[in-house]
Amino acid sequence: MTKLLKFFAVFLRIGAFTFGGGLAMLPLIEREIVDNNGWMTREEFIDVIAVTQCMPGVIAVNTAIYLGYQLFGIWGTIFGALGAILPSFVIMVLAAEFFIAFRDNSIVQAVFMGVRPAIAVLIFSAAVRLGKAVDRTGHNILIALGSLISISLLGIHPILVIVTAALIGVVKARGAKKNENVD
Amino acid sequence: MKMLIELFYTFSKIGAFNFGGGYAILPFIEKEIVINNGWLSRYDFIDLVALSQITPGPISINSATFIGYRLGGLVNATVGTVGLVFPAFFIVITAARAIKKYRSTKWMECAFLGIRPAVIGLITASTISIGRTAIIDIKSVILAGFTAVLVFKTKLNPILIIISAGVMGGLIYSL
Repeated sequence: MTKLLKFFAVFLRIGAFTFGGGLAMLPLIEREIVDNNGWMTREEFIDVIAVTQCMPGVIAVNTAIYLGYQLFGIWGTIFGALGAILPSFVIMVLAAEFFIAFRDNSIVQAVFMGVRPAIAVLIFSAAVRLGKAVDRTGHNILIALGSLISISLLGIHPILVIVTAALIGVVKARGAKKNENVD
Repeated sequence: MKMLIELFYTFSKIGAFNFGGGYAILPFIEKEIVINNGWLSRYDFIDLVALSQITPGPISINSATFIGYRLGGLVNATVGTVGLVFPAFFIVITAARAIKKYRSTKWMECAFLGIRPAVIGLITASTISIGRTAIIDIKSVILAGFTAVLVFKTKLNPILIIISAGVMGGLIYSL
């Protein structure tokens, strides 16, 4: 029960500080799940990102449900999702009620102008840290670059990129099967 | 009651087809909420988008809560929001079960070996797209540099980093 409450609190914090789309909270989730609580390894965490990216819905909520199910079963999904949703819910209710008051406030706008570059840097730091958990082989670097170019320059949908990478992984393992074991 | 069911149904639909996340879903929400149901005027919808930009939380959840609340207070806000995340429970739990079951099979392991570097590329791509809208002038370059030092040179909690960037931004941009 204390673990469940802790899990709820983790996603409550994540929900309250999710600016600029789901990926911005990756360093936060990673720190809580992998470093502070040891609920999963960095490799497993990357897998969770891949899986939740391929599904419809909100990344923070999907991650909460996925992790919650793996760690604590059905109750985990409910506590995690509730934590991730609650901050937005409360803030939007307040905003809908008192919207006009702070809508054009220049200080509020200045604060958010300041937050945005920080978000970009935080996302980048997730790529750097998670990248360290992946073996630096020529093949892996090629896939990472290919994925970056496909999404950033060619505008290909991330789901397609992830599925293709999975197929490449399977095909490559088949080719290498004669020479080495996959552990 | 009919209203609540419609609200739940509409946001479930949005939740089930919310691929790509974030702003990719906006045209879909606009079509359902503004055009099909007339729950919000176009003017209110633009306000909602602006509001979502300056508050934390995913835009689809923000929309569900905001629109629900505008239509009928806390009850409608709850129904809309629960409707939105409802499909995710089925989809994500099904996937989690399937992956748990086949996790140790060789082909699944190989698939993930292929996926991992792609995820790194994907996150980097997201850095670029956010950076493009966030880092726009010399002040934001300074802020990004300041944040980079905090992120890579200290073990500061990301929440504190966001807060300090907000304070810095408030100071720099209101001068």
